[in-house]
Amino acid sequence: MSELAFWSVAFVTVASAGMVVFSGQLIYSAIALLFTLLGVAGLYIFLWADFMAGVQVMVYIGGILVLIIFGIMLTHKIVSVKISQSNVQRKLGAVVVGIFLIFLTSSIGDAPWFQMVTTEPSETVRTVGRLLMTKYLLPFEVASILLLGSLIGAAMLSRKEE
Amino acid sequence: MDQLVNYLYISAILFSLGLFGVITRRNGIAVLMGVELILNAANINFVAFSRFGGMNLSGHVFSLFVIVLAAAEAAVALAIIITIYNSMQTVNVDDASSMKQ
Repeated sequence: MSELAFWSVAFVTVASAGMVVFSGQLIYSAIALLFTLLGVAGLYIFLWADFMAGVQVMVYIGGILVLIIFGIMLTHKIVSVKISQSNVQRKLGAVVVGIFLIFLTSSIGDAPWFQMVTTEPSETVRTVGRLLMTKYLLPFEVASILLLGSLIGAAMLSRKEE
Repeated sequence: MDQLVNYLYISAILFSLGLFGVITRRNGIAVLMGVELILNAANINFVAFSRFGGMNLSGHVFSLFVIVLAAAEAAVALAIIITIYNSMQTVNVDDASSMKQ
């Protein structure tokens, strides 16, 4: 039963990722991206990463995806129904990416992966918080400076010229 | 669902699709969506290796930082795309290749 759930989540993730890349209408791509991100959150739950799944839903779907849809709406005339886009050099790109994918999957298949047997942890949020406040304190603070910088930069870039 | 390779295959497919999007899409926002797919593929790998490497939660912290970077990157990239659209009336990344206005 849980195998079936896993494979259906995986299928939804990959199929909607395909729609993101191949859809002719930008707004459809954005909606398909929603399902991809939800599917990735589901995979996190299968990997016992409940906190990461919550962060994925809140930051990616609640933040980045809304931002992307805002971007689509702001850069196209809303009156033009067909917010279309084109792919260029499809064949060449498909060949290059296909060779890359074959290389990647064959090397994954060949490698002798070592898997440790573990039991499901009773808590992940507490451990992640501990790590953020002790071992990874410096990257945590640097990330806050980066967020401040990108906030100021985005406001600077998109303001009206005087 | 208890095999590491399954997650690695899913992540490889997501990465390749994202790469295909970045290579072939010419709309700036669609390129950004491809980049998001690539970052998600990397995140799946981080969390999967953390799960099958003895539940070492450093992998979760790493993918948390990747999500933070993705949020910052999306904000700045969309600001740049909107600025390009306002000054050149296009979001085609090939048309916006000149540095001067």
